[in-house]
Amino acid sequence: MARVVVDVMLKPEILDPQGQAVANALPRLGVSGVTSVRIGKRVEIEFAPDSDPDGEQAARRAREIADRLLANPVIEDYTVRVEQ
Amino acid sequence: MSTRVGVVTFPGSLDDGDAARAVRLAGAEPVRLWHDDATLHQVDAVVLPGGFSYGDYLRCGAIARFAPMMEIIILAARDGLPVLGICNGFQILCEAHLLPGALTRNQHLHFRNRDQLIRVESATTAWTNSYEVGQELLIPVKNGEGCYVADRSTLDTLEAEGRIVARYLSGNPNGSQRDIAAIRNEAGNVVGIMPHPEHAVDALTGPSTDGIGFFASLLAHLRSGGATRSKAGPRSGDPAGVADEKVPA
Repeated sequence: MARVVVDVMLKPEILDPQGQAVANALPRLGVSGVTSVRIGKRVEIEFAPDSDPDGEQAARRAREIADRLLANPVIEDYTVRVEQ
Repeated sequence: MSTRVGVVTFPGSLDDGDAARAVRLAGAEPVRLWHDDATLHQVDAVVLPGGFSYGDYLRCGAIARFAPMMEIIILAARDGLPVLGICNGFQILCEAHLLPGALTRNQHLHFRNRDQLIRVESATTAWTNSYEVGQELLIPVKNGEGCYVADRSTLDTLEAEGRIVARYLSGNPNGSQRDIAAIRNEAGNVVGIMPHPEHAVDALTGPSTDGIGFFASLLAHLRSGGATRSKAGPRSGDPAGVADEKVPA
């Protein structure tokens, strides 16, 4: 079974108000020196076992899913990695 | 035969009832369409209402975009079927790539619910031809993710081609780039708007009746031969009204 992790992040030029709100709260925790916080999504996809030892097929299918559904290319970038 | 305007209900739609009522007040026959149904029931136009389709999971409109009903609306819209997306409907149109750009979390992170002044900037669409350019409308805005974003070249193209349909006046409620409240596709049959014209059609319940013009515009557009009835084919033994019965009360 291949587990694929897709990380979806807002593109750098897209404002992340959630991340900013977290960054602004950090001094209240006594944390200083943070210049930026960006918040994204982590999606874990598990594929049924098959003859795909290195997870190549799983990664390809995960990229298709990410392209069509998990990420909106207008505002988001994504990365795919296989975790066996 | 009266004009038939479809209003789609997704799981989590909220404003389908008000949209159907606005259609009726404008003089057309509202036809309730169910997201999981793949026939347009011979409607002349479609309204995608506001709400939180599929709980706004993943991104607003991202899952609704793949509903069977949306797949046929996307094809029909490319053939000229008039489609108005309001709020969540606007988000779905962007996710479906019928309109460019995306709608993101309000810049200030607050859900904004108020009566909002907007200015009409394109009066040649299927949904705004009864207004005049420069006309100001007071209609409710209520969204948490209404901040319109697109890259600079897309924004410049929208401006250059007159495809910004309305802008916010007297304060931008969500941080939308260039104060964009509504945009249209090139042909003008597809319009997405973040504020809610369907909530401003009756003096008893709305801040004005300024919103009725969107629905009156559609009737004028269809009367002038603007579009043909949706090519949904025969009703395939699917009696009219089946969709209505599936719609939760």
